[in-house]
Amino acid sequence: MTRWSSLSRPLALAALAAVPLAVLGVFFVLPVLGMISEGFWSGGAFDPGAVLEVLGRPRVHRVVWFTVWSALAGTAFSLLLGIPAAHLLHRRSFPGRRLLRAALLVPFVLPTVVVGVAFRELIGEAGPLGFLGLDGSAGAIVAGLVFFNVAVVIRAVGAAWESLDPRPAEAAAALGAGPAHVLRTVTLPMLRPAIVSAASVVFLFCATAFGVVLTLGGLRYSSVETEIYLLTTNLLDLQAAAALSIVQLLAITALLFVTSRLRAVPDPSLARSTARPPRVSRGDWPGVLATALVVVLVGLPIAALVAGSLQVGDGYGLANYRALTTEGSRNALLVPATQALLTSLRTAVDATWMALSLGLLVAVVVTRRSRTRSERRARGVLDGLFMLPLGVSAVTLGFGFLITLDRPPVDFRDSLLLVPIAQALVALPLVVRTLAPVLGGVDDRQRQAAASLGAGPLRTFLTVDLPVVWKPLLAAAGFAFAVSLGEFGATSFLAREDHPTLPIVIFHLIGHPGAMNYGMALAASVLLAATTAAVLLLVERLRVPSVGSF
Amino acid sequence: MRRIHVLVPALLLVAGCSTIGEDSGGGGAPSSDRVVLITHDSFSLPKPLIKKFEDESGYDLVVRGSGDAGVLTNKLVLTKDDPLGDVSFGVDNTFASRALDAGVFAPYDAPLPDGADQYRLPGDDDHDLTPIDNGNVCVNVDDTWFAAHHLAPPRTLDDLVDPAYRDLFVTPGAATSSPGMAFLLTTIAKYGEDGWQDWWATLLANGAKLVDGWSQAYEVDFTQGGGKGDRPIVLSYDSSPAFTVSGGKSSTSALLDTCFRQVEYAGVLAGAQNPKGAEALVDFLLTPEVQAALPESMYVFPVDASVPLPTEWAKFAKQPTDPYAVDPADISAHRDEWLRAWSDVTSR
Repeated sequence: MTRWSSLSRPLALAALAAVPLAVLGVFFVLPVLGMISEGFWSGGAFDPGAVLEVLGRPRVHRVVWFTVWSALAGTAFSLLLGIPAAHLLHRRSFPGRRLLRAALLVPFVLPTVVVGVAFRELIGEAGPLGFLGLDGSAGAIVAGLVFFNVAVVIRAVGAAWESLDPRPAEAAAALGAGPAHVLRTVTLPMLRPAIVSAASVVFLFCATAFGVVLTLGGLRYSSVETEIYLLTTNLLDLQAAAALSIVQLLAITALLFVTSRLRAVPDPSLARSTARPPRVSRGDWPGVLATALVVVLVGLPIAALVAGSLQVGDGYGLANYRALTTEGSRNALLVPATQALLTSLRTAVDATWMALSLGLLVAVVVTRRSRTRSERRARGVLDGLFMLPLGVSAVTLGFGFLITLDRPPVDFRDSLLLVPIAQALVALPLVVRTLAPVLGGVDDRQRQAAASLGAGPLRTFLTVDLPVVWKPLLAAAGFAFAVSLGEFGATSFLAREDHPTLPIVIFHLIGHPGAMNYGMALAASVLLAATTAAVLLLVERLRVPSVGSF
Repeated sequence: MRRIHVLVPALLLVAGCSTIGEDSGGGGAPSSDRVVLITHDSFSLPKPLIKKFEDESGYDLVVRGSGDAGVLTNKLVLTKDDPLGDVSFGVDNTFASRALDAGVFAPYDAPLPDGADQYRLPGDDDHDLTPIDNGNVCVNVDDTWFAAHHLAPPRTLDDLVDPAYRDLFVTPGAATSSPGMAFLLTTIAKYGEDGWQDWWATLLANGAKLVDGWSQAYEVDFTQGGGKGDRPIVLSYDSSPAFTVSGGKSSTSALLDTCFRQVEYAGVLAGAQNPKGAEALVDFLLTPEVQAALPESMYVFPVDASVPLPTEWAKFAKQPTDPYAVDPADISAHRDEWLRAWSDVTSR
């Protein structure tokens, strides 16, 4: 019996990992390697020297340095604001809390091209915040990065915090520890896996930010991502692009190594409960302050967007919204914006189920207690592997698709499914990073108990893991849906002209002259934001009734 | 049991939304019955026209468009051994040499309409590329602003570095924007290899603002854009004044001595599965109906001189007679070097 299970266990896990690995291999590793090897084989000859030479350029050093420090600053501020806000939004009850939670994820889906416009209307020379002198500064870039990413911290940390057992903290408080002391010695250590997970994802998002750096930095700053874009789409300097892609891959590997160390806790298992959250009290001022700051940071650009979308000529009205059902004032669009929204939603549904099913498999595989050192190492590598899509340029991936997935059995260049698959790959790390800390926190003895009472692996999962993972699963579904709705980089490469998503239509509208197109672009962005918030609210309402009884 | 009640409708809803199983939009038709057009994301033509092409030629038209002219060109170059489609539209005169050098296109000598001959790509002796439309990148000014400030608007590139126009000009950068690149080429054509960098240094010292793309420059910083900015001089197109008309007058005008001409080409891809269909599409793009639809659909001028323009274009979108030009082969050879030098000057 024991012999059989010790052999079948790794096999079963390998089988679980096989599907996600195959998808990652075909839709990520293959295209990226394809693009990198284009750089190494220049003119038909293998020439690694030329690629390495690029790494010595002073410009490359400048670009890498800027990328690292701006991403670190963006991550630090996102954590600073996000963690207290997560506490207020997930551990305290007050009216409108659910709405606020959904609304804060809205920036995540807004196309940077429109947010850039909204931001710069605020901080530009002529804007109401122009006196700050932020336009075209590194400060504006960091503010933009926080705007887009603070929701990731709130949601990922909040999901873990929500189901955290409050009793150890209460016990510490009863024994006389002050709130700060409780936070430092009890709560934060328990949250560390979730915080480190969120931080690593946010860092990757910041390090690969594209539109924010270009638009808000006034062309004075280049990041690795903007440089790869320039090299690939404009100069066709594939050697330099390959060199920078390798820098990206090495940097992610280093980051993953560091975070896996930071994430590791001696005993990840946590007691969980789903007690009703208390009301806001005086001691919650840090959370209230942080949430207020986040609301201002996120709210101002969105308010500017809404105001702009309502502007018609010199007055206000709904004409821009009514125009969304048409094809633009001068046939600017092949399909009406409302139809593009439908395409966006349908694509997002596909991307979400793909990301959730793959992500759940990966999270289960990487969090099961390892029995040997090599097994643990294999899980660590697997865990890291699925983070890679976040750190690699969408341009590299997009061009890679075209040159590698071009012949049977994998001629996907025409397929409608290419877009949701690419989006699912982008969402996958978020899903894994949201689920893994929680699944890792399940006391393995519960599973053993279930097994010894005769439950099979599936039954064990359904009765032990699913109730715990249900809320984070919803959070992850929201993430995946939002990522898909807002994804622009890879989608713009792969979407078909007759099936554009809404961000692509918005990009199209704002790139063309005419007051009507501008107004429609803003109105379409508001529509995208409102739809996202509505869907997220709905997703949060889906609950497994058995949760709470356990 | 209740769990099932919640989940089953949710799953059904999700399954109904999926795009799986949807008709792949002509993707399944045999390659001899369809023409695949590879283009950029600005391609757009009225549906009835596309229907007309399909009815008259007997081919299904499949459009694959993404990215700008640079993305399009590089895609074609990278996939030239296994082309993405049959025909391409949208490679412009700043990128065309790269595509020709890589052997992306097969020769096709389409019969050109009146006046289109002047738009042929210099150096394209085999007629790989057929000119379809053109437009000029020109400095635009807000006439109402200058009237209100009792200042004569600038007229030339030299004027832009005049201290009288300090802090008034905004332009998209050459590295990140196609009109920005065209503007860099304008200055290279005007001031020569030795002079353009000094001119740019003076321009920036005179308070010119650089942004990443056309939308940012025009819609955010320009006084006549959607965001009501505070700079009355902007880099845009010769057609832009047609979009600021109210009460029978345009509030902006293009400076016709600051223009660079962009021409967009169509060409049959080498190795096309349906070369006959590809040629039919190139011919179709030159028909008077398509040529007449270009201004409203893609914001460009037709190459056919005999086609009437929309009223507002005819009245307000004046085209320069002698725009600046740089030899396409030169652009291809020096793009990298010029952009690096430009980045050095502008980020100093």
